Amino acid sequence: MVYGLTLVLFFIGLYGILFKKNLIKIAIGLCILEYAMNLLFALVGYRKGGVAPIVTSQEGASSFFVDPLPQALVLTAIVIGLGTTALLLAFAVRMYRHYQTFDVEEMRKLQG
Amino acid sequence: MTLIVRSIARWMIPSIFLLGVYVVLHGHLTPGGGFAGGVLVAGSFVLSILAFGVKKNKVETKKEWSSLTESIGIFLFWFLAFLGILWGSYFFLNVLTKMSPGARFHLFSAGSIPLYNLAIGIEVASALFTMVFVLMVFREKERP
Amino acid sequence: MFELVLSSFIVLMILGALVALETRNLLASVISLGIIGFALVVLFLLLGAPDLAIVQIIVETLTLVIFISAIRHTTPQENSKTRGFPPKFSWSVGTFFLLIFLLGAFAIYRELPPLGSPCVRMALYYLSHGMELTGASNLVSAIILDFRGYDTLGEATVLFASAIGVATVLRKMGKKSS
Repeated sequence: MVYGLTLVLFFIGLYGILFKKNLIKIAIGLCILEYAMNLLFALVGYRKGGVAPIVTSQEGASSFFVDPLPQALVLTAIVIGLGTTALLLAFAVRMYRHYQTFDVEEMRKLQG
Repeated sequence: MTLIVRSIARWMIPSIFLLGVYVVLHGHLTPGGGFAGGVLVAGSFVLSILAFGVKKNKVETKKEWSSLTESIGIFLFWFLAFLGILWGSYFFLNVLTKMSPGARFHLFSAGSIPLYNLAIGIEVASALFTMVFVLMVFREKERP
Repeated sequence: MFELVLSSFIVLMILGALVALETRNLLASVISLGIIGFALVVLFLLLGAPDLAIVQIIVETLTLVIFISAIRHTTPQENSKTRGFPPKFSWSVGTFFLLIFLLGAFAIYRELPPLGSPCVRMALYYLSHGMELTGASNLVSAIILDFRGYDTLGEATVLFASAIGVATVLRKMGKKSS
């Protein structure tokens, strides 16, 4: 059920990218999409009863750890998501200065 | 910004910066590492710009020191990876472990992983500060 | 029980996402984006990933800062008026591809192991030999910097390129000589 709810969040983000006309709403939809994907990866690597994958000197290297491989993949993905959002917002701000609107349909009509 | 924000920011900025440096340097022992510490250091610089404005921080919008440190960070990362080839083996070899295997659970252990953490910390902090700073100070003006 | 706690947080994120996309005031929708990010921080802590929680909390704050500075200097804070649906052709093609995607997603969903017992074929090697091969106590750092260093190199390159991209797009243009 948890995977199904994450898929619903993914589709809400996809709806925001496809059906919205304001550039800020499109950027928000992209952000929601990336959060849903990072959450799905972190959910896949969870082991029931496991602790965080840090080896301490009391327990030793044989405790019951959570899977560290999806965490290593998500760690870079979060920072790259911020870079993508910042680049999209830079384009949006620049286009506002040129067309004086955030609306995608009006930009298509104005054309330069 | 108001007086309350400025007074609290005066105490919080060094604390957050110190926490970021701690998380970077102890990246192989505690949770965190290069990415977490780097974004914390960038957060402290962004707080300084937000609370005190651009003029008081003495940053210029044309020539920016953070682009230089960003390039230094990624060059240092590439150079540390290239040391593996100089040692005679593959690309990302952990050369300091091969030269002198250190103790466990100490600050100077795990070979060249702390150096990698330092390079990644510098690069991520500079890149994020450049991005957020340019987006914050962009003003709409100059009608031709 | 644990699944119930996780599901309640994800339902909170879904409600925040719906509010963020449907409200007309742009500042209110950006603040609703903050709800989603901070609920994700709690979820990462519950799933045993403290590295991800530290990164996500600061990245969420920086995202809010850049969204608000993009809104503040440019528009009055209301949404635009033109609404409408895309024409019939793109509507039908979009639904067709969505159905294919849902079919594939359902097939994968049946193959996924249940929550709490993943397939740890590769991770067992990292968990048992990671400490003695690298000497680092933090196994996630040992993975991203020693076992899978190329991923970190790629990430540093992408971040570098996006920082240069933002600085280039928003530079001051020179004056045209008349």
